[in-house]
Amino acid sequence: MNLPLTAELRAERARWLSRRWFFRECGVGLGWMALAHLLGSASARAATAASGSPANPLAPRPPHFTPKAQRVIYLFQAGAPSQIDLFDHKPMLAKYDGRPVPKEVVQDQIYAFIKPDAALFASTFKFARHGRSGAEISEAFPHLATVADELCIIRSMNTHAFNHAPAQILMNTGSTLFGRPSMGAWVTYGLGSESQDLPGFVVLSSAGGTSGGASNWGCGFLPTVYQGVPFRRSGDPILSLSNPPGVTREHQRRCLDLLKELNERRLEVTGDPEIATRLNAYEMAFRMQVSGPELMDLSRENPRTLEMYGVEPGKPGYALNCLLARRLVERGVRFVQLFHEAWDHHSEVHKGIKDQAAATDRATAALIKDLKERGLLDDTLVIWGGEFGRTPMVQHDPNGGYNQGRDHHPQAFTMWLAGGGVKPGITWGETDELGFHVVRDKVHVHDLHATILHLLGFDHTRLTYRFQGRDFRLTDVHGEVVRGILA
Amino acid sequence: MTRRPAWLAGLACAAALHAAPVDFSRDIAPLLTSRCTECHGPDQQKAGLRLDGRAAALQGGKSGQPALVPGRPEQSELFRRVTSTDPDEVMPPKGDRLRPEQIAALRAWIEAGADWPENDPRRHWAFIPPQRPEPPPVKNRRWVRNPIDAFVLARLEREGLRPAPPADRVTLLRRLSLDLIGLPPPPAEVDAFVADRAPDAYERLVERLLASPHYGEKWGRHWLDAARYADTNGYEKDQPRTIWPYRDWVIHAFNRDLPFDQFTIDQLAGDLLPDATDEQVIATGFLRNSMYNEEGGVDPEQFRVDAIVDRVDTIGKAFLGLTLACAQCHSHKYDPISQREYYRFFAFLNNDDEPDFEVLTPEQRAKRRAILDEVAALEREALRADPALPARLAAWEDAARTAPGHWTVLRPDDWHGQPGVKLELMSDHSLIALAHNPGEATYVVTFRPGLSNLTALRLEAIPHPNQRSGGPGRAENGNFVLSELTVTLATHRDDESLERRLPLRRATASFEQPGFPVAAAVDGTVTNRTGWAIDAGPHRRGQPQQAVFEFAEPITVPTNLVLRLKLEHKYGGAHVLGRFRIAVTTDSPPPPADPVPLAVRALLAKPRAARTESEQLAVFSYYRTTDTNLAALNARIDALFKDWPTGPRTLVLTNRVEDRRVTRIFARGDFKRPTEPVTPGFPEVLLPARALASRPAGAEREIPGGGLEAGADGRAAEPAPSTRLDLARWIVSPENPLTARVIMNRVWQVYFGEGLVRTPEDFGTRAEPPTHPELLDWLATEFMRRGWSLKAMHRLIVTSATYRQSSRLTPELRERDPYNRLLARAARFRVEAETVRDIALAASGLLSLKIGGPSIFPPIPDGVLSLGYGAPMEWKVSPGEDQYRRGLYVFWKRTVPYPSLLVFDAPNADFGCVRRVRSNTPLQALTTLNDAVFHEAAQALALRVVREGGPTDRARAVYAFRRCTGRRPSAAELEALRRFVAEQRAWFENRTAAAVRVAAADPANPPSDVNLHAVAAWTLAARVLLNLDETLTRE
Repeated sequence: MNLPLTAELRAERARWLSRRWFFRECGVGLGWMALAHLLGSASARAATAASGSPANPLAPRPPHFTPKAQRVIYLFQAGAPSQIDLFDHKPMLAKYDGRPVPKEVVQDQIYAFIKPDAALFASTFKFARHGRSGAEISEAFPHLATVADELCIIRSMNTHAFNHAPAQILMNTGSTLFGRPSMGAWVTYGLGSESQDLPGFVVLSSAGGTSGGASNWGCGFLPTVYQGVPFRRSGDPILSLSNPPGVTREHQRRCLDLLKELNERRLEVTGDPEIATRLNAYEMAFRMQVSGPELMDLSRENPRTLEMYGVEPGKPGYALNCLLARRLVERGVRFVQLFHEAWDHHSEVHKGIKDQAAATDRATAALIKDLKERGLLDDTLVIWGGEFGRTPMVQHDPNGGYNQGRDHHPQAFTMWLAGGGVKPGITWGETDELGFHVVRDKVHVHDLHATILHLLGFDHTRLTYRFQGRDFRLTDVHGEVVRGILA
Repeated sequence: MTRRPAWLAGLACAAALHAAPVDFSRDIAPLLTSRCTECHGPDQQKAGLRLDGRAAALQGGKSGQPALVPGRPEQSELFRRVTSTDPDEVMPPKGDRLRPEQIAALRAWIEAGADWPENDPRRHWAFIPPQRPEPPPVKNRRWVRNPIDAFVLARLEREGLRPAPPADRVTLLRRLSLDLIGLPPPPAEVDAFVADRAPDAYERLVERLLASPHYGEKWGRHWLDAARYADTNGYEKDQPRTIWPYRDWVIHAFNRDLPFDQFTIDQLAGDLLPDATDEQVIATGFLRNSMYNEEGGVDPEQFRVDAIVDRVDTIGKAFLGLTLACAQCHSHKYDPISQREYYRFFAFLNNDDEPDFEVLTPEQRAKRRAILDEVAALEREALRADPALPARLAAWEDAARTAPGHWTVLRPDDWHGQPGVKLELMSDHSLIALAHNPGEATYVVTFRPGLSNLTALRLEAIPHPNQRSGGPGRAENGNFVLSELTVTLATHRDDESLERRLPLRRATASFEQPGFPVAAAVDGTVTNRTGWAIDAGPHRRGQPQQAVFEFAEPITVPTNLVLRLKLEHKYGGAHVLGRFRIAVTTDSPPPPADPVPLAVRALLAKPRAARTESEQLAVFSYYRTTDTNLAALNARIDALFKDWPTGPRTLVLTNRVEDRRVTRIFARGDFKRPTEPVTPGFPEVLLPARALASRPAGAEREIPGGGLEAGADGRAAEPAPSTRLDLARWIVSPENPLTARVIMNRVWQVYFGEGLVRTPEDFGTRAEPPTHPELLDWLATEFMRRGWSLKAMHRLIVTSATYRQSSRLTPELRERDPYNRLLARAARFRVEAETVRDIALAASGLLSLKIGGPSIFPPIPDGVLSLGYGAPMEWKVSPGEDQYRRGLYVFWKRTVPYPSLLVFDAPNADFGCVRRVRSNTPLQALTTLNDAVFHEAAQALALRVVREGGPTDRARAVYAFRRCTGRRPSAAELEALRRFVAEQRAWFENRTAAAVRVAAADPANPPSDVNLHAVAAWTLAARVLLNLDETLTRE
């Protein structure tokens, strides 16, 4: 059994050595930039996280292998858009429109609002094939159709939660139970951030607040620094970014200078490296106070760009958030997640889709085009989708105020990915003729997570964090990389 | 520290046996638990073999072949089987074969002697009850103030380290004050303590702080982390809940030093204690702090189960330091806890109802008593005053002895609630609505009555503890408004066009709320105004009521049709039936609704002679309301009840009486896949040794619901544990190896930044062992010896020399022990989120020290609340001093936690937390620099400085510095501060408008008694001082 040392073991030994170095040398005065190169090792990463030592836990660091995607923009369509009306074209539904769905199709699925034998409900939108790839997209998304060849449409998504809050938590954290880190937190924990004056994981929202709330971008048991930072829709993007009334930037600088002087004196007395970390945190806060407004200042954007997104300066919303997402990733932010909570169309799904398409379609397509034009799409992964799908059956109960809507449908729904090492211009997976179940290439939420981490350079089984005596990961004990969609 | 995932460990081992020796816990144990012990472990012993301990593996199974022969893989049956090529022999029989690297690891392990470090996880240190160790001898005996120091010093001397010198008095006072009451000492206290040269000055200080009512706030907050206390229900709807009485109970329990064993029993089972006090019932809110999902369309059972899962997890973390949750889906991979044991633990918690409990002040209780006494006196007086009355009463009783009519309760055939309300069928054939509680709802229920000539149907509205105020409706006061009842003959299909409406002729009810007669429920109009409602006022809530609806003509339901009831509730405000049941009669003419309350019916069933005086009076209490001769009496009594006091209703637990549940193991933890039933029971590994010895292996003979079982020798054995009270008593039994250690470890963690066991939530086999095992055991045994008194243990710890050391990190210690595992110095760390706020408010003089009551609403930045689902919750800033109260009183909304607390690592309360993260981030800096609350504190501090700090900048600088850090500034610090203020004052001198904006909380009404240029300059200085690392740090 005299096998040569494998690469893995060599890496392990290097980590161990660097960890020893870390413990020996990471004393006072070692600024985080000096340490940044070190943090490529998982040991140092964990040690930093665990001890709060004077290194920057957001310093960029390499993943397990060379990644295809460097950053992520996740356009979370909360409330769950109807795949039946957008991507999963089912002519057979038209044929059986109005008839109850056969029991053997429904099996034992429970629905949130409707009875399992509700009538089938064909889409009221027309579908056509688009681009060279011939992707099927409904007329509801005319702008998205123009970038069809950039998309990898997954029609075979599957989840195991059918209420909003648990399903959103599952989609974002890999578990229906609260308390797990969100994907953005895992990615930032794994990769750090290229930006030293903006948070590494930024959350933007439009329309309503999300069912899953702060847990959608929480850090769970990971250090708080990896938590998503929700930007506000108006005023300062980051809470407390502006000085209090009357306090000028010069005042702030002078205050921080005095603070620095006094804290450095205390550092000498106590020898506590935590003070050095705090000094750095205050300096980064000061830089954020410049970079935040600069981020929000669209005056240097080409008017054609604003036009392409449909951004009206000063008007918050999905379009502005798409543009901000591009500006954020340009500035090195690792993970940007948009939440647009507006798709829960239990009633009047046709009107609902039209309204939300009007609010989002143009900007979504513009983001893809803009990233592409700037050469960012190749290594930026764009994700679009909700927490589950909607039923091929109608939700209709005029007494209860429901008219031609669709209920929650976990068995099959559609998401799409673009850029970041994903095959462009393909449609993956298939559902049955009624759009009820996945019949080919099922992609569970865990599989999607494994694939996203893979694109970012991680073996999803190895991006772990020890908590309560156990190594946790985004995919828990599940997840298969969907190899067929990798470019 | 990174650990490679267990499933990768094998890979490395296969590749490099000579480079890295096999580690049992990393490489072998996970393999055994994932592939072997499901069939050869605690749950099953196929072929008589167990592979969960070395001794059993050496012995082997029925075949007589040892599974393990150390040093000899080929002779080890385990190895032979996993490498066998015979498909009938190869193990494991299911799933993939072991991978080559796993087999290589097994071989290497057996070759190396099959070391099984714990030999048996049951011998893991934490599973053996602590034995009281003798404090070890030390060289430097003069340093030792109490046994804690001996344990610490012995280790230091072994390592060749010296303890740090004592902290100076000011640092020590501030440390002690922050540690015991969570507040910084005001300068006057500092002066007094520094001046107090008596030898017992420190001890008196300790006593004073331990006696402070703020001690309970500080230590209660630590407990509230573990208890996942929050003011909302969580999940999408995240509605507000009232459970602050539990929070107050915790504060008071700490303040009166309720012994920790009783503290535990009250929280887990206070309601089950004989003669439970209101406080003991309120304490069960501990378990109710679970989240509650009211999202539309949820299956209530799914989230009820999730709440029990959460309670098991919380108990595991808070008391036992066990990651029980790991055994929910499969037997624990590392600790000897099987999935079956998990569900036996679960079973203790699975038979509860979840009521809200009205909390009354002692005055309110007395007032109620007085009203009831006065009513009884009036009633007795009435019975005495009118000689004819007893006879009238007796005649009424004779006439009312039996309930009118013959009713057949119908079992619903199918039911559906809209929008998204899932009704559950109970065993009495009633339907109950739980979880999602929309303002309006419609229920459609179908029956196949199997009877002919139905003349009427009866709707019973039935209370249930799980409804608000006990029901029977779902509105806050337990009321409902039935807007319309429609009865049809229908096909089985949901097609209204095929239904024939059955006209209803007459309706009667047991009680009709004025303005809401039962007739309105069948008047053919469905509006949000009219309907049948039942609220009879605060002193008569939670009562069952009924209504009877007569068919216009007798009904027969053909077998191909069903009777369909539609119950519409359009009033809003959740005025919806919570639990109801349908019965029919063939009596002709049909009987009216029975107006006599069920409780009175029960009394009437007793012979009059057998009733007590108060029972007879209860009968009369109802009767008098029917006797028109007693109108004056009734009016007087009604007037008395107008003063009936009411209180907030807090969430508690009670033992479930109706429809008790059988707990089953859920396959893979999925509540939709229940398998075999289990009875309540404790994890075997934690049972005291003698109980283990007397228990035959594999034999469980608990009788469901408790009761005596006969032991093997025929004598009556201990009753099987079955209730939460049994669970609670077991947790704090002196034989439980974990609880006292776990609690002492967490207390230690508060004082020293980290526990003696670094993972307070996990004392299992995978956890790092304690740094000072004897000290931990000494503390645990001492804790129990001192009657589980936390204050006694605080006293011991804070008077130790270990605690009183300086926290300075010398270069030598940085080299030798950067994380202070050896305790050669005190800990220095940033205070908790709430204390960050409290220090700023205290230093500025804004802080209100009011204790307890409903949670408060300090200013919150715009836009934060819109991150929550739906319309942003109303956040009306608390008036007056309330907005300046301590951080632990800030209203905690789970989906939108208060930002300035969250940013400083306050746990979000979705689950129990026994160890907070302590991060250090730019967002924290922005908060304490710029957040409105903190800036207001800076302004208030500046104003105080100018008004009270003395005439010179030097004096003011000392004053301000002391208010923030407790100590006087050094000459250099003073000079830096003075220079800064002079410079800023000069800048503001000609900029009055700017000065006003910076200095005044309300620039329209600036204070007139001070120089605002000075206040502005000092406001900037105060910002610096409030942001000093030292201000935010407990040294």
